[in-house]
Amino acid sequence: MRKARRAWLLFCISILTPTAMAEITVSRQVELKNLLEQDCGSCHGLTLKGGLGPALTIDAMKKKPRAVMLATISDGRPGTPMPPWKNILTAEEIAWLLDVLYKGSYREK
Amino acid sequence: MCYIKVVTVKNRNYKKWLTILAVAVLATGTSSCVTVRATGDLGIVIERATGSVQIIETTNRTVLGRVDKLGDLSHASVVYSRDQKYAYVFGRDGGLTKIDLTSRSIDKRVLQAGNSIGGAISTNGRLIAVSNYKPGGVRVFSAETLELVADIPATYDKQGRRSKVVGLVDAPGQKFVFSLFDAGEIWVADFSKSNQPDITKFRQIGNQPYDALISPEGRYYIAGLFGEDGLALLDLWHQDAGVKRILNGYGRGKKKLPVYKMPHLEGWAIAGGYTFVPAVGLHEVLVINRSNWREKKRIAVYGQPVFVMASPDQRKVWVNFAFPNNDTVQVIDTETLKVVKQIKPGKAVMHMEFTPRGEEVWVSVRDENLVKVYDTSTYNVTALLKMKKPSGIFMSARAHRIGL
Repeated sequence: MRKARRAWLLFCISILTPTAMAEITVSRQVELKNLLEQDCGSCHGLTLKGGLGPALTIDAMKKKPRAVMLATISDGRPGTPMPPWKNILTAEEIAWLLDVLYKGSYREK
Repeated sequence: MCYIKVVTVKNRNYKKWLTILAVAVLATGTSSCVTVRATGDLGIVIERATGSVQIIETTNRTVLGRVDKLGDLSHASVVYSRDQKYAYVFGRDGGLTKIDLTSRSIDKRVLQAGNSIGGAISTNGRLIAVSNYKPGGVRVFSAETLELVADIPATYDKQGRRSKVVGLVDAPGQKFVFSLFDAGEIWVADFSKSNQPDITKFRQIGNQPYDALISPEGRYYIAGLFGEDGLALLDLWHQDAGVKRILNGYGRGKKKLPVYKMPHLEGWAIAGGYTFVPAVGLHEVLVINRSNWREKKRIAVYGQPVFVMASPDQRKVWVNFAFPNNDTVQVIDTETLKVVKQIKPGKAVMHMEFTPRGEEVWVSVRDENLVKVYDTSTYNVTALLKMKKPSGIFMSARAHRIGL
């Protein structure tokens, strides 16, 4: 009963404030930046200058269309070591990480 | 004989005092009483995010000091000079740094490439080889001066494309063996005659070799394949026989799981007549019978294995896992081939390194900013050391082991 009520409440909130879904808490942002630097960094380099995977620096990102990047992060790239992240991260989180990459704001503490 | 002479000075002239003090310090500094910290029980822990390393000692489990300004240390590794005085640190950004363990400072440093993955020291200890992604190839340096001795571009086709180089190890007889990720080749560079190496190339060894190991006696070089299920085996005693495929198609019929971190094969375990290796895309440790190189068993484990490390007594194999299962370590008994213990050291277990005779194991827990030391018989934590984002741990006992 309580679960149903909460679901209904969440549904109402999501209709009234459509952008609320896209918001990522500050603590989750810290976790995501750590994931980007440390876990993405194990193949793309801590400074994202590349390694087994290509560079993801702000200059490198200029040549990469957002739609392609979104597909690559979500579904991985078959034939390469890039794995799909859609089972680990939400669509909003992937979008947020892409913003960080295109803005080059991953080194900001 | 060491003593401090008490000098009484009537003249209170400040400068004179200082001079006398300086002479006294100099005298004690050059006398035989200087405390020498031996280096056989030391180790290095990589602090990957800050480009620094911590020098540790395993007798009392303490940190002796930090050395910094080592560049980008994501995926860094270390080899030791045979006198265990120097550590050579290979950084991601192509940095090769020679650290003096006795003074805990940088002795020499060169930026030798744009992007590197690892290195090795030659049989006689005089050469340091580094495997590079950019520009793809191997560069070899004097261990003493870090001056370039030989450059081996990993060029593999007529267009002159160069491959990323992985799985670089030293082999007996002044050889370095390494694999070409993009080309699917294994090369043996023989420096026994001169610093212009004889290079033997083995082609079409398999799709995307991602790392390799050499057996403890230095005879078998085994490269793991990422692009297909199997391993490539080279018997260095019989190079003419070529590279043989083993465990071909081990994942056949099974759905591949995503791999969120490349397994590392430097720590491949060889214990009790079996070789233990991580499967790729399966949550399994593969057990290979060394007498015929066939699969003996598969052991279901907690996640995608990253390091599969045998303890020095070869009785147990410790396994850590890729993201998102990287909070756990499992221990396999090499006799029963079963998981006998599971521990949760914390968030992001990166590496494990045994003390030289294996009574303890040091475990780096990156996201907890901790290194935890475990008693390998009781699994109790015997020490906790605070470090910044620790990753690889490399004990100086590696100095005397082939392939490390």
